[in-house]
Amino acid sequence: MKEETIPVTKETVIGETAKIKIEGYRFVTMTCVELDENQVDVIYHFDENLQLKHFRLTVSKDTLIPSISVVYQSAFLVENEIQDLFGIHFDNLFIDYRRTLYLGGETIAAPFCKFTVKRTDKSAPAAVQAET
Amino acid sequence: MFKKLIRNSRMKSPWLLHFDCGSCNGCDIEVLACLTPVYDVERFGIINVGNPMHADLFLVTGTVNSRNSMVLRNLYEQMPNPKIVVAIGSCGLSGGIFREAYNVVGGVDKIIPVDVYVPGCPAKPEAIIDGVVTGLQKYDRIVN
Amino acid sequence: MSKTIIPFGPQHPVLPEPLHLKLTVEDEVVTEVIPALGFVHRGLEKLSEIRDFHQMVQVVERVCGICSVIHAMCYCHGIEEMMGIEVPPRAKFLRVIWSELHRMQSHLLWLGLFADSFGFEALFMQFWKIREKVMDISESTTGNRVIVSVNVVGGVRRDLNSEQISWILTLLKEIEQEISALKKTLLTDYTVTKRTVGKGVLTKHQAYGIGTVGPVLRGSGVVQDTRTLGYAAFNELNFEPVVESDGDCYARTKVRFRETLQSIDLIRQAMSKIPNGEINVKVKGKPQGEVVSRVEQPRGELLYYIKADGNKNLDRLRIRTPTFANIPAILTMLPGMYLSDVPVIVLSIDPCISCTER
Repeated sequence: MKEETIPVTKETVIGETAKIKIEGYRFVTMTCVELDENQVDVIYHFDENLQLKHFRLTVSKDTLIPSISVVYQSAFLVENEIQDLFGIHFDNLFIDYRRTLYLGGETIAAPFCKFTVKRTDKSAPAAVQAET
Repeated sequence: MFKKLIRNSRMKSPWLLHFDCGSCNGCDIEVLACLTPVYDVERFGIINVGNPMHADLFLVTGTVNSRNSMVLRNLYEQMPNPKIVVAIGSCGLSGGIFREAYNVVGGVDKIIPVDVYVPGCPAKPEAIIDGVVTGLQKYDRIVN
Repeated sequence: MSKTIIPFGPQHPVLPEPLHLKLTVEDEVVTEVIPALGFVHRGLEKLSEIRDFHQMVQVVERVCGICSVIHAMCYCHGIEEMMGIEVPPRAKFLRVIWSELHRMQSHLLWLGLFADSFGFEALFMQFWKIREKVMDISESTTGNRVIVSVNVVGGVRRDLNSEQISWILTLLKEIEQEISALKKTLLTDYTVTKRTVGKGVLTKHQAYGIGTVGPVLRGSGVVQDTRTLGYAAFNELNFEPVVESDGDCYARTKVRFRETLQSIDLIRQAMSKIPNGEINVKVKGKPQGEVVSRVEQPRGELLYYIKADGNKNLDRLRIRTPTFANIPAILTMLPGMYLSDVPVIVLSIDPCISCTER
């Protein structure tokens, strides 16, 4: 991405977000990208006067990521979406749908993850939650 | 005589219920456009109602997913007999461009019986009116 | 008075789309709102794994049937930026013309539906009658009414000849007159002002903090329009973002009404400045990299995040639609309002649920 991208960790993400809010940035959205079997990228997009700024948080899938809905309340919707589609969890959400925002009980566990679907073929123990 | 009166009234003034189940809005807006002055299906005595218990015709647009299939079946069962279902648009017919998406069950006919299929992505208002009129002919045969 | 939970939707006469709200009401006043989504979720971002990047243009057009051109345009901008393709200038102007036509029909559609939401059916019919003229332009220039599929990676598919341009200009004149004739009714009629003024107020500070976009943000007095970034040919056209300061439903109506007229002006400017030449370039190679692309939809800022690693399929496609950003605003606007005002306020953000859930 041609815009400025700042790497953050799960400990610093809340602090950095609070700092950027004071600077006058608007919360745009978050994007989750699956990197490999264990890791995902969570990218936070902010904007001030049509200038974008991104945070990149690389974590493993079983990490409990702190929710930034304590800083920007409106982030709860996109965090719930990521919870649904990627099966990763956010801590301290403003409204937690507990993975029922889009999915009913009968659909697959983490539909946007390619690698978990592959793992079911080899019947690895970690694939229990990814059965189709 | 009373029977004949009911039969005539049913034919001359069918009431329509429209349900968007997972469409991209293209077909919904075309269904609504049918009701407006340029196409004006109200000249056939058709009125768009919000209550399934009042409706004779059921217009369904869009793909079915697991969550809205319950709503769709529920609405269909609430409608009084005899009833006609018109599926509109490629998505309503088979799932269309989204049929391979993970959350899509398929066309409307996977959940409820469909009487008339209107193709098109999105279906044009002329095609929708034609579908409704075809549905009414079938309705006539059921009623008589 | 004890609290009651009232479900709003998914099948509701005011909204053609399935939006579900759980409203907690005390007497007649709403105290808490929880939106429930998922009735239109198809998961089409994941289709990028089985369709290649050219075919995805047709898929993203069907994210939303109302603003399909603008979705495709945003996607194509992203891919073109990633692959370093320079789009011919004529194609840029054609993109502006079609996208502004789509903005017009979307706003006219909304103005009609909004009038219908407070029971002003005559106004609804009038706006939709005007909208049919815009649809005629779409149909005669592209072959389809709603999903017109003119954009491809590297340019546009269809051209406009001089006859078509002069015909569109005469039709635009009629449309402008007809819209202006409805201005008095829409903005001063007792029925309209009674139901919209002071309803669903969002202050400037709140609107910015929630992260709302488009007419909701501009109706609250924040000057922000993604078109000022100058994508496509917008850098060669003169326009100012339409801003109102009150932040209520009436201000949002005014923003959308003025934007409709602004779109007519932009189409005229684009048609007078349009250069001759090619309309698309040949695309070679595969996309690689990461890109964020933004355009202004009728409902607000649209953001695409595209990641590709040199295959014909994209690695990840993420679509942030304007309604997704505007839904949290409902949670702020509704508490304290009467239950009978809920449909008007919900409709004032111009919800497009199929956009939101994709």
